[in-house]
Amino acid sequence: MTSVLFYLFSAILLFAAFRVISAKSAVHAAIFLILAFVTTSAIWLLLEAEFLAITLVLVYVGAVMVLFLFVVMMLDMNMEPLREGFTRYLPAGILVAATIVFEMGIVLGGRYFSSENFPAPVPHGSDYSNTKELGEQLYTTHLFSFEVAAAILLIAIVAAIGLTFRRRVESKKQDIPHQHRVDRNDRVRMLDIREESVS
Amino acid sequence: MNFEIAELVAVAPEITLLSLACVVLLVDLFICDSCRIVTWLLTLGSLLVTAAVVAMGMGGESQILFSGSIVRDAMGDVLKIAILLITTMVFLYSKEYQQERGLYRGEYFVLGLFGVLGMMILVSTHSFLTLYLGLELMSLSMYAMVALQRDSARASEAAMKYFVLGALASGMLLYGISMIYGATGTLNVGEVANAIQLQSGDQDLNLVLVFGLVFMVSGIAFKLGAVPFHMWVPDVYHGAPTSVTLYIGSAPKIAAFAMVMRLLVDGLGGLVVDWQPMLIILALLSMAFGNVIAIAQTNLKRMLAYSGISHIGFLLLGVLSGTEAGFESAMFYAITYALTSAGGFGMILLMSHRGFEAEEISDYKGLAKKSPWFALMMLILMFSMAGVPPTVGFYAKLAVLQQVISVDLVWLAVAAVFFSIIGAYYYLRVIKTIYFDMPDEDAVASPQFGLDPAGLTLSANALVVLVLGLFPGQLMMICQSAIG
Repeated sequence: MTSVLFYLFSAILLFAAFRVISAKSAVHAAIFLILAFVTTSAIWLLLEAEFLAITLVLVYVGAVMVLFLFVVMMLDMNMEPLREGFTRYLPAGILVAATIVFEMGIVLGGRYFSSENFPAPVPHGSDYSNTKELGEQLYTTHLFSFEVAAAILLIAIVAAIGLTFRRRVESKKQDIPHQHRVDRNDRVRMLDIREESVS
Repeated sequence: MNFEIAELVAVAPEITLLSLACVVLLVDLFICDSCRIVTWLLTLGSLLVTAAVVAMGMGGESQILFSGSIVRDAMGDVLKIAILLITTMVFLYSKEYQQERGLYRGEYFVLGLFGVLGMMILVSTHSFLTLYLGLELMSLSMYAMVALQRDSARASEAAMKYFVLGALASGMLLYGISMIYGATGTLNVGEVANAIQLQSGDQDLNLVLVFGLVFMVSGIAFKLGAVPFHMWVPDVYHGAPTSVTLYIGSAPKIAAFAMVMRLLVDGLGGLVVDWQPMLIILALLSMAFGNVIAIAQTNLKRMLAYSGISHIGFLLLGVLSGTEAGFESAMFYAITYALTSAGGFGMILLMSHRGFEAEEISDYKGLAKKSPWFALMMLILMFSMAGVPPTVGFYAKLAVLQQVISVDLVWLAVAAVFFSIIGAYYYLRVIKTIYFDMPDEDAVASPQFGLDPAGLTLSANALVVLVLGLFPGQLMMICQSAIG
């Protein structure tokens, strides 16, 4: 049963991944990417990695891809120029890809990675929480790496703001303290207009 | 779960730098544009304080901390101090240049500090996971620094190329790491070395290990900028603002050397027969292409980029000899190259001013007449890069070549000398332009010796290059005690 599900999800995943790069419109590509993420998370569930599977759906599908779709729709990209020369580069691409697949086949299909060397893991009981296990690993064994990852996120924020933030001159932002400090002379000019005799 | 305060003391330099970088980030938010000098001073202060903290913790046995995430040893401490001091020089050089080009912003300093933090983590890594994270912290900061000059199309293009190719290199490195993990079942550098030692002779396992090694070496070569993975180097060096080129072209080379040491020597030392030929090819190609293509350059930044590629070739010569003395000579080479390279780009920074980049070699015509002091400094730096005695470049090359000969690779040493002689041509051409060409009529004013930070730093930098060349023993001894 599990292996039937595994092959089913794998087939959907491969199809979705292929459609991501072959879809004509960027919106379709993004939606196929969502499909790829959801099926990946299903495969992870089969592997008993429940926490990671849920995180993948929550973070990638729920947050990242929604933002991504939003940006893709806003930008109204023309994908045609990106596809230029596709057929010209195709033979070289296929050659390189085939070589790499062949080499990987030799290594991964070799005797070292045979199923005798890597027996299937014993499934854990229902009282086993891999979320707890993950948290404990993260804050003990991998504490240092965890902190460095935090620094990387901080740098990503600084870099993103530094690269995109531009103080706009035409901005209509209110400066409240400035508005409060206004006094009459800034706004009203008293003119001394002499009466003119009406003739 | 065992956790001791002593572990925190051992990583005090990293903690100090991280906290100080956050302080700089926050302080910079609240100060006005005209008092930006506070940020500058704080940045310099952070680097120097961190260097002092490293110096205080030096000595003693090497310690492996945080469940094998990082290691604190003599090599790491020496390289960290070198990185911190050289980056301090970078910021001293670039103040005026940044001010004149609207790049004198808090982000530049914060990114620079975090980049240094990444280098420090890279230097003291003892696990493939921390290695990758440190590398990404360093690279991300550098991509952003290249792109900071948003209005320049050339800088944006350089940043884009750097980012895409850098991501590709990280991918290759990760794939290699995953293979090694599959073969040994651990990410810890020490345990990987043990696993390889125990299972040597197993053909099936060896296939997987070597497959991973190929990807790892490619990833490293990319980050080092060794031929044939060098395509990004000239474009990025040329396109980035010179102050950023200076940053990228100096201290990260030391961090990249540390990465080679931690990965190939500490981790995969058991596979030396496999990676030695790979490094020979990389070194030979880098020296050949770097030196020959540099001859055709008229732009000084591009020329220094190609010269950097050829120097990486020399650096790899020291590593590939596979002996302790070879690693010492490579470490010496990395530190002195970073120093000389900082001086070379510093000279461009010093010469340039508002609206004038001083990038072309022809901009230096007759510099000797206009500012003899800086012409002399440039002479020392160029001699050092070419490897002319009595500068430090000569001694560094000599030390590396001795080690290559000591492992019976005489033909490789001959090739290295041959390409160095070709390389000497373009360094001497710069000197000829400075000393024997007449200045153009409409040439802009050139810098005079004064008390500005950039000028003083350049003088100090070039004189250190000269003094180290005359008395290399001290630094060589430090390198020996660091590796031995």
